Amino acid sequence: MLPKQLQKFFGELGLISSFAFRFFKEGFTPRYEFSEMLRQAYFVGYKSLPLVALTAFIMGLVITIQSRPTLVEFGAEDWLPKMVSVSLVREIAPVITALICAGKVGSGMSAELGSMKVTEQIDAMDVSGTNPFKYLVVTRVFATTLMVPLLVILADAISLYGGYLGCNIRGVVSWQLYWNQVYETLTFGDVLPSIIKTFFFGYAIGIIGCFKGYYTDKGTEGVGRAANAAVVLSSVMVFIIDLIAVQIIDLLNLT
Amino acid sequence: MASEQKIVLSELTNVSSSGNDVVTISINNLHKAFGKNEVLKGFTLDVKKGESVAVIGKSGSGKSVLIKCIIGLIKFEQGSINVLGKDVSKLSSKELDLLRVKVAFLFQSNALYDSMTVRENLEFPLRRHWVETSKEEVNNLVMEALTNVGLAHTVDMMPSELSGGMRKRIALARTLILKPEIILYDEPTTGLDPITAREISNLMVDIQKKYQTSSIIISHDLSCVKITANKVVMLIEGKNYAEGTYEMLSQSTDEKVKNFYI
Repeated sequence: MLPKQLQKFFGELGLISSFAFRFFKEGFTPRYEFSEMLRQAYFVGYKSLPLVALTAFIMGLVITIQSRPTLVEFGAEDWLPKMVSVSLVREIAPVITALICAGKVGSGMSAELGSMKVTEQIDAMDVSGTNPFKYLVVTRVFATTLMVPLLVILADAISLYGGYLGCNIRGVVSWQLYWNQVYETLTFGDVLPSIIKTFFFGYAIGIIGCFKGYYTDKGTEGVGRAANAAVVLSSVMVFIIDLIAVQIIDLLNLT
Repeated sequence: MASEQKIVLSELTNVSSSGNDVVTISINNLHKAFGKNEVLKGFTLDVKKGESVAVIGKSGSGKSVLIKCIIGLIKFEQGSINVLGKDVSKLSSKELDLLRVKVAFLFQSNALYDSMTVRENLEFPLRRHWVETSKEEVNNLVMEALTNVGLAHTVDMMPSELSGGMRKRIALARTLILKPEIILYDEPTTGLDPITAREISNLMVDIQKKYQTSSIIISHDLSCVKITANKVVMLIEGKNYAEGTYEMLSQSTDEKVKNFYI
């Protein structure tokens, strides 16, 4: 007999797995809730844009300023745009953007669905002939899966611009030289895998946020706990997916 | 609030049954347990067309579970529930959706969608079921339902801007919009002041008279039960312990029944 905590862990693991598979079953069969999906995409994409843009810009700037002294020490200062662009595009921009979305979007979804659950709005949807899973979960998961990669592409561009400003704080690098070096360095092997993994980031954020909200219990206290658990679990999942993605990219020799 | 007072209050008398013997809801030997906690242990009930049946009982006695089983929100283990001639446990999800057009449910918490306006709340079930309905028809139906509950002026307000009583009426309007044959009320007057509670009870009577609906009313509020119900069923220990009119049960000498009426 397994200890109680372990039983609970495996129980929840089973529940979240069936929830994740149910998304594929319900998501690709009619009826399609396009207008609700667009509304959710607007909330996930457009509403997260300022925060993602600001963070990406600061990360680009800071990484460049921090990397500069080490490169100067080795006399490799002119490698700064190359080094910064690779680390930003491959790793920093996707992970930071995903973590911001896990915090902002994942917790929001979980709290919204959780309060809908405890105030019987999900049941009301069910009795009014609407499949609540399709209307609430499928639309939100599609929105995060499609919007997180778009936000990452934008974060890549803005963080590279931050890197350009960072290069010019102490030294002088022309706009053209900086971008030439960036384009020379970055290959499809850098850009494509890092974008592909963000679809999985988005999917995980959406599924975990919705799962925690959909199965909220114990009233308003449960709503708070669900939002908190959604942020923690989806942030950890982002790192786990990143770890798996790095191994796959390395195995396939894509870099 | 002025228009709230415009509602025609029914006389404080029981609604008379239509006399029609067609059974709309038939519950037979219903059993439902949550783990080891057996909530319903062979509950049986028939509701005729146009009849209002109140189910009363202590908190946690399984009243809400009972009506959630009727609408298919909770699966039961044993027994049968026939609604408008259909066995609920044997319906596919599509068939259940079609049945739910004819069976409305008023939630205890009202369950209004707080991200939508009153209009959108009322349009939601309409758009789900009558896809071909024109914009003008939808608008007319929304306004008709709101006028029925005396709140036409709240059409573009958000649920958070409404009082508890107004929210209950909007929820009632939403249940009425598909012109149901059966309405299931889950604690319709809980949390309301006595005046608003009486207004809601009278509104329920008006609706029953106007649309000839059958209804099951789950309530602790004896004054609501007195106003709205033709028949009262006491749910004790998972079974229908006593049945009869409000007056009959109030004169009962049985200890358990008497306790409820004190």
